[in-house]
Amino acid sequence: MTEGALSETAARGGAPTRPARRKRWPVSPTGPVRATARVCMAASCLSSGADAVIDALAEQVEGAGLTDVAVKRVGCLGLCVAGPLVEVAETGELVANASPSGLDALVTTLAAVTSDSPQAARDPFLARQTRIVTENSGRIDPEDLDDYLAVGGYQALRTAVTSMTPAQVLTEMTTSGLRGRGGGGYPTGLKWQTVAKALGDVKYVICNADEGDPGAFMDRSVLESDPHRVLEGMAIAGYAVGARKGFVYCRAEYPLAVARLKIAIRQAKLEGLLGERIDDTTFGFDVEIRLGAGAFVCGEETALMASVQGGRGTPHPRPPFPASSGLWGRPTLINNVETFAAVAPIIRNGGAWYAGIGTNKSKGTKVFALAGHIVKTGLVEVPMGTTLREVVFEMGGGLTGGRPYKAIQTGGPSGGCIPEQFLDMPISYESLAEVGSIMGSGGMIVMDDTACMVDVAKYFMDFSREESCGKCTPCRVGTTQLWMLLDKITGGEATMADLEQVESLSQMVMDMSLCGLGQNAPNPIVSTLRYFRDEYVTHIIERRCPAGVCAMVRQGGER
Amino acid sequence: MLAELTAPSDDHRWRLVEARIRRAGGEPDALIEILHTVQEAFGYLDTTALAFVSEALAIPPSRVYGVATFYSLFTLKPPGEHACVVCLGTACYINGAPAILARIRADLGIGPGETTDDLRVSLLTARCIGACSLAPVVVLDGEVAGGQTPESAIARLGAL
Repeated sequence: MTEGALSETAARGGAPTRPARRKRWPVSPTGPVRATARVCMAASCLSSGADAVIDALAEQVEGAGLTDVAVKRVGCLGLCVAGPLVEVAETGELVANASPSGLDALVTTLAAVTSDSPQAARDPFLARQTRIVTENSGRIDPEDLDDYLAVGGYQALRTAVTSMTPAQVLTEMTTSGLRGRGGGGYPTGLKWQTVAKALGDVKYVICNADEGDPGAFMDRSVLESDPHRVLEGMAIAGYAVGARKGFVYCRAEYPLAVARLKIAIRQAKLEGLLGERIDDTTFGFDVEIRLGAGAFVCGEETALMASVQGGRGTPHPRPPFPASSGLWGRPTLINNVETFAAVAPIIRNGGAWYAGIGTNKSKGTKVFALAGHIVKTGLVEVPMGTTLREVVFEMGGGLTGGRPYKAIQTGGPSGGCIPEQFLDMPISYESLAEVGSIMGSGGMIVMDDTACMVDVAKYFMDFSREESCGKCTPCRVGTTQLWMLLDKITGGEATMADLEQVESLSQMVMDMSLCGLGQNAPNPIVSTLRYFRDEYVTHIIERRCPAGVCAMVRQGGER
Repeated sequence: MLAELTAPSDDHRWRLVEARIRRAGGEPDALIEILHTVQEAFGYLDTTALAFVSEALAIPPSRVYGVATFYSLFTLKPPGEHACVVCLGTACYINGAPAILARIRADLGIGPGETTDDLRVSLLTARCIGACSLAPVVVLDGEVAGGQTPESAIARLGAL
């Protein structure tokens, strides 16, 4: 897509884009660099005016005659709520809510700072993270290959293709215990082995960048901050399973991520890190981007493959699994962005190193997107096994306005709401499933007592009924009927018999639907009924909404 | 076959579309990419364009129409001069997006997916634009504004 197309998409889909204009930045001193200002240029900070900040900072640094200070564009610094963000690399000092007219103090700091300067106190939001997938986010310029190479980029790929056999790569991945970060949690090593064993001389690798869960923006941030890392992971996967061609299926709503991926692919090809004969070996790997066009179901792997092939994104029954018959009937490996981003460090440090992090069955780290009624919204990467309380209260600063915690929603439209009694539960695939939610891709929406759980369930059901592709009846009709029943409840016209019907229909949709969308669509209802049944009952018996959200008027028929 | 592409008119924007089709080697797999290009050039997908793409890729018009109507980013109607997108992601939703949408609907007199009669403003909703830390978010002509209220959104629309 051209830049024109990107802004068009932005106007329609709503995401911000700033095609790279030739500016005064990055300011790179010709001599030694004494201090570096890292300006976050990921989507959220850009939306708050980061481009004006970097222009102004570059100008003021030049104006102050600081010839040994660099002003650098970097990816996501994580604390999105306080954007635009600028970090002083040497001390870790973070300037929040930077504005072009308020940079004097920062320029003074930059004039004085040296590598011996004391480290700034770091916010627990940042200090308590364990960064593996996001280790380069906010440190390197996502549009500069040299920057990625300088932090050891593509070393893992080089090591893999020159001194490891595909079987050794597979072993490391299996040892690492890494599981699919898109939400399914399927063991990555096992998936790779299956594709590697599949017969056929043409195989494909797909990176699922169709991050569709509302409230989840981890993949977007990784792609915008460190696109080469994802490409490197895909190439290593290609080497391990015997594929020479990869596709990144990215949602069109992420124009900046697409733009940076395109730049990264071009750069990597020029340097011989993608394309034919990588590092003078016989292994070659090429990557192409395929754009989505706004369909949640395309996050489902079989629907995604239909879309990559230019068709309607409707799923098909499995088996056959993509590992044996995927794109154009060939064996295909599909992993999520975050999964691929974890590959290079695993190859670099060994699978055993990665397996040493996390819990017994859920290894490594997970990136979570914190949003909703929480003080510090943004991205955190924590080891599996961290508790929800640590994430929400110690790192996230608790709820906005100090209001009471009600629930945390994980897993988007396929997940559930987790009440207060589970706050001390260590986060893992298993524990979240046990309490009726799912890990999902990593969105965490914190809700205070102003949120109505019935309304939240209805919100997700509205989402699912609109995004149902319509291929199978239980999902197409079931989600609509469930939404209508919930509308009856929030409209103050329901009886307890309707609630019973909600429960039995939810079970039916879960059992009968063709793909994950339908099978998980009732989860928000089931989990809120499990923990907040009284709210449903109050809506039905007393005809009122305890949280004061529902107008007790039916919406039905509006569309 | 590719050399014989005949654009429906001499509108120069067809050249962009033709170039995209050639770059894809006329492969039907590139259908979504090509529809993106058409929409980028013309603002929407009309029947002439759909018929042209169908012929150029040698696939049935039903398949082109099926794809064009399956994906929510494609539109078959001309868009308004301005695009107002209300994000309805979860974070925006629980922070007041429904009230903002209701106010804009009342003010413009149109629902999501519709355009005012004078073709000035199109109202759209987004599933989630991933700017959750700014919730609730309204995007006007690509400019993202966070922390919106019904009043601030209406004020921005009024300033168009």
